[in-house]
This record gives sequence, structure tokens and C-alpha cells, in this order.
Amino acid sequence: MAAVTPLLSTRGLSRSFGGLRAVDEVDFDLPAGEIRAIIGPNGAGKTTFVGLICGRLAPSAGRVVFDGRDITGMPAHRRVRAGIAYTFQITSVFARLSAFDNVALSVQRRLLDAGAGRPGRARLEAGVDRALARVGLAGHAATLAGNLSYGHQRLLEVAMGLALEPRLLILDEPTQGLSDGEIAAFIALVREIAEDATVLLIEHNMHVVMELAGRITVMESGRILAEGEPAAIRADPAVQQAYLGG
Amino acid sequence: MRTDGLARIVALHLGLVLLLLALNWLLPEYHRGVFSRILVLAVFAMGYNVMFGYTGLLSLGHAMFFAAGLYGAGLTVYHLGWPAPAGFAAGLAAGLALALAVGVLALRTTGVAFMIVTLMFAQVIYLLTLYFTTYTRGEEGLVLAPEDRFIALPGAVLDPTDPSTRYLLALALFAAALAATVAIVRAPFGRTLVAIRENEERMRMLGYDVFANKLAAVAVSGVLCAAAGAAYALLFGYVGAGFASIQYSILPLLWVLLGGAATTLGPIVGTLAMFYVVDVTSGYTSAYLLVVGLALILLILYFPRGLVGTLRERWLPWLP
Amino acid sequence: MSFGPHLLLATLEGLVTSAVLALMALGLSLVFGVMRVVNVAHGEFFMLGAVVAWWVASIVGGHPAVGFLAALVVSPLVVAAVAFAAERLVLRRLSYEPEATIVATIGLLYIIQQLALTFYGPEARPVEAPFSIRVTLPWFGYSGYKLFVIAVAALLVVATWLMLTRTRAGLLMRATQYDRETAQAFAIPVDRVYAGVFALGAGLAAIAAVLIVPIQQAHYLMGLDPLLLSFIVVIIGGLGSLRGTVLAAVLIGLSDGIISVFFSPTLAKMLATLLVALVLVFRPQGLFGTAPR
Repeated sequence: MAAVTPLLSTRGLSRSFGGLRAVDEVDFDLPAGEIRAIIGPNGAGKTTFVGLICGRLAPSAGRVVFDGRDITGMPAHRRVRAGIAYTFQITSVFARLSAFDNVALSVQRRLLDAGAGRPGRARLEAGVDRALARVGLAGHAATLAGNLSYGHQRLLEVAMGLALEPRLLILDEPTQGLSDGEIAAFIALVREIAEDATVLLIEHNMHVVMELAGRITVMESGRILAEGEPAAIRADPAVQQAYLGG
Repeated sequence: MRTDGLARIVALHLGLVLLLLALNWLLPEYHRGVFSRILVLAVFAMGYNVMFGYTGLLSLGHAMFFAAGLYGAGLTVYHLGWPAPAGFAAGLAAGLALALAVGVLALRTTGVAFMIVTLMFAQVIYLLTLYFTTYTRGEEGLVLAPEDRFIALPGAVLDPTDPSTRYLLALALFAAALAATVAIVRAPFGRTLVAIRENEERMRMLGYDVFANKLAAVAVSGVLCAAAGAAYALLFGYVGAGFASIQYSILPLLWVLLGGAATTLGPIVGTLAMFYVVDVTSGYTSAYLLVVGLALILLILYFPRGLVGTLRERWLPWLP
Repeated sequence: MSFGPHLLLATLEGLVTSAVLALMALGLSLVFGVMRVVNVAHGEFFMLGAVVAWWVASIVGGHPAVGFLAALVVSPLVVAAVAFAAERLVLRRLSYEPEATIVATIGLLYIIQQLALTFYGPEARPVEAPFSIRVTLPWFGYSGYKLFVIAVAALLVVATWLMLTRTRAGLLMRATQYDRETAQAFAIPVDRVYAGVFALGAGLAAIAAVLIVPIQQAHYLMGLDPLLLSFIVVIIGGLGSLRGTVLAAVLIGLSDGIISVFFSPTLAKMLATLLVALVLVFRPQGLFGTAPR
């Protein structure tokens, strides 16, 4: 897979907390259009790794390149505007604002960046309605986000990410705490999202991973242990040993 | 919210301004004087509200911005002989410059440290007014001569020492500040500030430059407070260090809390209510600070949303 | 007087300031450290301590030492009781939420100040020193009482230190400071610890006030300057760090004493305040503190 420039790549990316190397010299490539899952045991450094990609954390060493541009020193908010959206592992919606207003913040950001001057009410509403409809929350626009069920709050998170129209959407454990029915709907949603965006997914639910991922990256102790297609990963003895049930 | 309600919002605010305009001819002389003062100080409270109410930044040093406007206008008019409008502009410029300088530094801190840092910067400004007592006459203050405060317009000269003119000028300033607040609150900028107050980290990950937006909020707040200070100097002709003291940092907090933080009408309601509470109680007791102290504690304990905030929560959810 | 003795005098005056400041800032630091509450009314507890001291001394009469000693016992107890009540009635009901508590203690400041003005009046009144020995130095005579203040304050700082490190009450306080939830899980009565710490903090301010009234008269507005100075001390020393607080008190007290002998006090205060604000901006753990927790 050397021919195309990847949408995202990291070289020697590292981050230490005190003496602990949470992410250790990771070289990672993600081609555009893929759904990639990162799996690994708790404490493998997955969340830290995506934190370095989206700029919530600063690396101790190494580089992050997005769309051919070195973004290592770029602050988080500018990375988002460059096309990297991140949905939080712990649900982080604006609890005291309505679902509509939550998503409106994303749409407003995108409209402001499009340089069309002050975003008009109509375009704002259209953008919000579309994002809410895609995640199936169309009927909940007026509900305060804090009053939504947990599953709906997770979907609202995704809608906020979607409304940014990102080129890379990072989902950190999106199905945690969802019911089986909600998970099925979620899988369908991510497939649809992947039609126009690259998706990077941290996920513990192996069913979701196997259903969605084109390729899987396995992390352990801050390093990449293995990388490949789902079938190959499932068959890899080292992965089985470390993670799948060894 | 989706329900736009622009028409009734405009109607309500315009109605209030028209009512206040009518009061110029209806109020007894004493109360018209009190109202002139309240309108100017309400602008101070509105500036405070932009930071405390909408952005969630509790400053304990806003007297410095009021003082920047007060002295920016007062010193240029008194010592340099600038005409009143130029003095007013100097006050605004001083407020903006101070707000940007203080903002860049203080916004590096959060929470308790932010409160103490703003308190200390304000104390520095207060001491500055005392240190340069040759020019400011410290606590005793400067009195601007009436003719220095005249505002020359093409074809007319406005005299702020005339009670009616003074009231109308104060009302004009108030109306402008009110319009500005409503516009900001309803603009993307206002929604951004509220969302930063609610969840700063999420806003960063939605692509918003949190620091720049907060700094802009401090700048807007500082300019509004400075406008109030500059207008106070020109309308009432007195410029004293007392306005830079800690007490004048606490008062806007009290007014906004009483009226309702993060509401456009809270500041005027709170300022008005507090003025008359003090006015009425001072008929029975000289213990004016006792009223302020009790009001602060009771509000924060039992009535944290304030008058307009409670109104909005219970009955009128469309209030901005 | 030539430069050397002048400097010695300034240093002694500075040490008196340091001593009183250390006691007062220790109280503020303890309250902030354990409860995470910024007590803006701390200066008023100091003022109240001075006013009560005057009141006790004027009732007791007799030899000045009797009145002073009575004040030294009664005043901290009265002030601690007032603080205890304020904690129970107000702060606890706000769940110690930082912004709400700061607003509430501002309210408390105004209430105490106004009550003092109403019942004690606008006059400044002295309490007579318990003894009036002058220590004769080769260059000038110096008040023995001021040396006594330095000694007593140092003793009390050490005693507070021992209380915190060697007693069960101190252990409970430190455990609560370290981690409130865990302390609660270990059945530490966090509630009572908070009330106790708030009362203790106020009591320390009152003791500082009793020590100072024979030098500086009791006045209803006397609380503000020491409040700002204690803020400065606590910030320079590192928020919540007791050792840093004491070190900073000595530093600030000495420099305040020395600077105000040689420079305009307003300029000194202004520069000190600016400096401290910048410390808080650029080095929030204080000059003597370690990395933030």
C-alpha cells in the first residue's frame, strides 16, 4: 500500500507520562476512505495515541502528518478545522443546551470556515436537521442534551462530529454502553459515514470491529503489535496471545 | 433554540427603551437623577455580564475597566483640554487596551486563580490612581468643569449638566449597550461564548479557538465597562479613585447576580433593584454595606439565577 | 541614624510584620488547602479579633497584662465561633463550590465590617501592651513587646505545625486535604473537619490581631491590607503549602518592612501586587511550591 499518500500518518510518535511510555515510537499510516479499527487491551495507549493525532495531547517526540501537511505543532482547534473530528470516549455533550444547539455549534463552525459571512438561520437549521436525521435523532431536536438517554447522547456526539463534515472522523469507543439494537443501527451509520469520510475507530466490541473495519491495528504497551485485515488479525497467534483471549 | 422569536425580543427591548424615554418626562426630579446614574452603571453591569454570565469568567477586578474609562476620559479632558467626545473615545481606547493586556495574562489561569489575578490587577490600577495623585488627586478626585463637558454637535451643543439632557445621554448609551448585548448574544459569537462556559474542552474539539474567543469576550466586556466609566466622568463630572476600589469590582457582580446572570435584561433590573433597596433601607439604617452583604449571601444561597433568570426559567424561556 | 542601624530597625519592623502575617496567612492557607475555599472574609476575622480584644481588655481592667491575656484567650474563641457558624450556615450549603463560596465570603466581609462599624464605631482604639519594657540597643531603643510578638508568633507557627503533623486532628485534616472522597470512604467526618479547619483558620487570624492591637489600633477597616498581604503570601508560598506560606510570610514581611522604609509605600504595594499577580499567572504553584497536584 505504498503507492498512494495516506491521509494520515505518524512517524516515531511517542508520549511519556512520567516514566511511562504510553505511546512508544509509533509509525502508522491510514489511507483515505478506509475504516480502521484500533484494538488492544486497556492501557495499551489507544486513547493517548488518538489524543496525539487530534491534538488534545502534545507528543514527546515524533511527527503527525495529515493530508501531506505536518500538523505536529498545530493546536487542536486548527486540526479540527483542517478536517479531523474527534468524538469523546466519555460522553461530552453540552448538557444544558438542546440537541439542536449542540449540533448547531458544529454547523456554525463549518459555515464560518466556509467564509460565507454570517451563517444564515436557514442554512444553519438545514445543516442541523440533516445531521440529526442521519443519526436518527430528528425527533429530539428540542430536548436538552442532558435529558437524552445515554445511547442518544452517544449518537448526538456522533452527529456533532458529522456536522463538521470531517475528512477523518475519530470515534473513541462509540458503542460503549449501547444496547444490541442501538449497536446494529450504529454499524449501519458508520458504513454510511465512511462513504465520504475516513473513519478511525477505537473499539472493544469485537463484533463491531469485525463488521466494520477494513483493516485492524492492534496496540499493546504503546506499540503496534500487528496490523492487517480482520481475518488475518483473528488468525495471528501473537494477537490471540496478547488480546483476543490468550 | 429553533423558535426564533426575534420579533418579540426586539419588541421587548425596544419597549423598555421607549418606556425609559417616557420616564424622562414622568419621573420626579430626584428620581430622574437616580435613574441617570443607574442607566450608566447598568452599562457597567452589562459589560460584567458578558464575561461572568455568558462566558462563565468570574472576575473580581472589573473596577479597573470602569476606572480605565473614567480616567481615560477624565484626565484627557481635565489636563489636555480634549473635547468631551474625544475624551469619551480615549476612555474606550484605554478600556480596550487594558482589557487586552489583562486578558492575555489572566486567561492563562482558570477558576480561583483567575478571580485572584483579576482582583490583583485591579488593585494595581487602584494603587496607580493613588500613586499619580498629582494628576488624579487620589480619593479626593477631580471635578470636571461644566463647560469642558459640553458636547458640540453640528448645529447644537449638548449640556450634560442639564438634568434632562443628562438623562437622555445616559439612556442613549444604555440603549446602544443593550442593542450591542442582544446582537452579540444572538450572533454565532454569543453562542460560542455560552458553549465555552458549558464545556470548554468540547468546544476546542469542535474547532473553536477557545482562548481567542475568551479574549474577545474580555475585550467586549472591558470596552462596555469603560464606556460606562467614561460616560460617568462626562455626565456627572467627577473622577475619583473610589471607583477603582475593590468595592466597585464587587458591585457589578452583585447587580448581575440579583438581576440574573446571562440574561440581557438582568443587569438593568439588578442595578435598579439594588439601588432602590439601598435607597429605601437607608431611610431606616445607615448600614448600607450590611444590605449588600446579606443580599450577596441570600442570592447565592437561595436565588442563584436572579430575577430575570428565574423569570426565564419558570415562564419565559425565549428571553435572551 | 546611619545606614546600618537603619537597616536593622527596618529588619526588626519587618519581622514583626512577618510574624503577624505568618499567623494570618497560615489560617488562609489552611482553609484553602483543606477546603479549597478562598476566604475573602479572612481579613474581617482579623479585624473582628482586634475589636473583640479591645472589648475584652476594656471590660477586664486592672493591670494591662490581665486584659491582654484575657483577650488572647477570648478573642480567638469568639472569632472561631463566628467562623464556625458561618461555615455551618452558609458555606456548607453551597457544597463548597468555589465561585459560590467566594461570593458568599464577600458577603460575609461586608456584613462583619458593617456590624463592626455600627456597634464598635469608626474610631481607632488601642489595647495597652501587657508590658512596656524597652530593649536598649547601642543605636536605638526597641520595644520589648514587639520582640515578644515575634517570639509568640514563631511559637504558634511551630505549634500549628506540630498539631498538623503529630496529632490525630492534624492527620484527619491532611487526609481530607489530600483526597476528599477517599477520606470520606475511610469514615473521616469530612464535614466536621471542614468546620474545624474554617474555625481554626479564623482563630489564627484573631490571634494575629490580638498580638498587633497594642502596636496598631483596632479599627473597622483594618482587615483589608492584611487580607491582600496574606493573599500575596499564600500565592508566593504556593497555594495550600504550609511550609511555603511561612517562608513567604517572612520574605514578604521583611521586604515590606524594608521597602516601605526606603520607598513610597504605595509604589511598593503596587509593584508587589503586580509581581504576585504575575507569579500566579506564570508559576501557579508558587515560588516555593512543587509541581501542581
